[in-house]
Amino acid sequence: MIELVNVHKSFNDKKILDSVSIRIEKGETFVIIGQSGVGKTTILRHIAGFFDPDHGDVFIDSERMNGAGTGKKARLRERMGFLFQSGALINWLNVRENVALPLVEHKLGSISEINRIVDEKLELLQLLDSADKMPADISGGMKKRAGLARAIVRNPSIILYDEPTSGLDPVMSARINDMITRMKSELGVTSVVVTHDMVSAYNIADRIAMLYNGSIIECGTPEQIRGSSSPIVRQFIEGSLGGPIDV
Amino acid sequence: MPGNFRISYRRSFMNSVSALGSRLLYQVNFTGFTLILIFNAIIQMRHAFFKRREIIKQMYVSGVKSMVVCGIVALLGGMIFSLQIGLQLKTYGQSDFVPTMIINVMNKELGALLTGIILTAFSGAAMAAEVGTMKVSEEIDALEMMSINPVRYLVMPRMAAMMLMMPALTIYTVILGVLGAAVICYFQLGMSMESYFRRIVESIWFKDMYVCMLKSLVFAVIISSISCANGLKAGNGALGVGHATRVSVVSSLLMILVSGYFITSLFYGGFL
Ligand SMILES: Nc1ncnc2c1ncn2[C@@H]1O[C@H](COP(=O)(O)OP(=O)(O)O)[C@@H](O)[C@H]1O
Ligand SMILES: [Mg+2]
Repeated sequence: MIELVNVHKSFNDKKILDSVSIRIEKGETFVIIGQSGVGKTTILRHIAGFFDPDHGDVFIDSERMNGAGTGKKARLRERMGFLFQSGALINWLNVRENVALPLVEHKLGSISEINRIVDEKLELLQLLDSADKMPADISGGMKKRAGLARAIVRNPSIILYDEPTSGLDPVMSARINDMITRMKSELGVTSVVVTHDMVSAYNIADRIAMLYNGSIIECGTPEQIRGSSSPIVRQFIEGSLGGPIDV
Repeated sequence: MPGNFRISYRRSFMNSVSALGSRLLYQVNFTGFTLILIFNAIIQMRHAFFKRREIIKQMYVSGVKSMVVCGIVALLGGMIFSLQIGLQLKTYGQSDFVPTMIINVMNKELGALLTGIILTAFSGAAMAAEVGTMKVSEEIDALEMMSINPVRYLVMPRMAAMMLMMPALTIYTVILGVLGAAVICYFQLGMSMESYFRRIVESIWFKDMYVCMLKSLVFAVIISSISCANGLKAGNGALGVGHATRVSVVSSLLMILVSGYFITSLFYGGFL
């Protein structure tokens, strides 16, 4: 379970999050939508403990993340996988070495065990053919898949996805969506997905929240969001030019 | 309206004071960050064996690759220096002293300094750019997310490699500087090779050698820590990486000169 309680955050006197409260249940897939630069990644970074809120608290399974020491943060992060927006692969390691990195660095298993786990994850994300390629030589979508393989290699119970489908072709997007759904149904993983891909959001979400001007202006099931009467939400999900959002 | 003028004047004065203050605070903060980084990296060196492959790779990147440049600079530096003092001393009939001066200057000062300057430009800049790029592309965050300590994974191998390569490169620079000077002494000052090298060997002092090695170790720590610290603090985008690289080169050079001066004055200024 993930809980944000009245989280405030400013960067250089600019308020990005203004009293955001979210409660994400265990096993739920929670989707955060909103425009670019509105602070979606910032929310994920609070959950992962990279940022501490100016005010308010962040709880992971009822344990406080903000203000925790390095040891406690590391312990909480062990339960989490983070798919970064650009994949964040270590640039001098190939795809396979990147995926194996957390296992190798923490000496979690023998070489053959590690290889077996890595192969399994690479296969899941259809990366076996590109396992020996360097990050500079693969496409953005492949980087993202490799980043995802690395994020799930330690079987986390919480996965944070930063725009998992942006820059992917529709078929690969569908595959990623399917994977997110399967992780939930088969392994009971809690997912927090940041996206502005509405097709993907409707597909995978148990609940969708829209972030606008630092606040969650609407939060509900995909049906509720579809039927929202808020002009801001309507404009965003329909992608129209006219409306209250400045474009 | 004089009143208005005074208010805005005072406000702009206060603004510059507060800008100066926040700049100063940032510097103090950054210096503290760098010192803690040095401390942590040295503690992490207990894992040096586990990271030996990375250390060897970094030794190659930061040391072997700069050997050509170091060699050329040392050779030409030795030639230029011996030519200048040789021509001066020749007018007094004292050109026999050139080898003594060369080996002393190289050992006491120039060897470590030249190597430090070249490695700052060569490896320090590359290090800051590499770590900075990792910072802006979220790779450092990814490491932290996997509970991999970036100091252990990135900084320690780079610092250890520098500390191993820098003394070796310094000796190499000294030797090539002496060889460069030999060429000048032989061709321009009419000294025999045999008497040149005899005088060189006679003028090598143990104290000069260990001060030289101490300096090169200090420079290695300075270059690697300042470069990595700037990289780790790089702001967003390619602009941030460029800025981090520039700042790291300038401050490494400055710190090399300052610490070089203090080590020299500590050992040769009558303190020790
Ligand atoms: N570390 C930081 N320092 C300063 N400003 C930041 C930082 N991280 C994010 N911001 C700012 O916060 C705002 C929201 O960023 P982000 O959460 O990345 O938006 P997005 O919704 O597109 O993911 C942006 O204006 C960004 O410039
Ligand atoms: Mg973002």
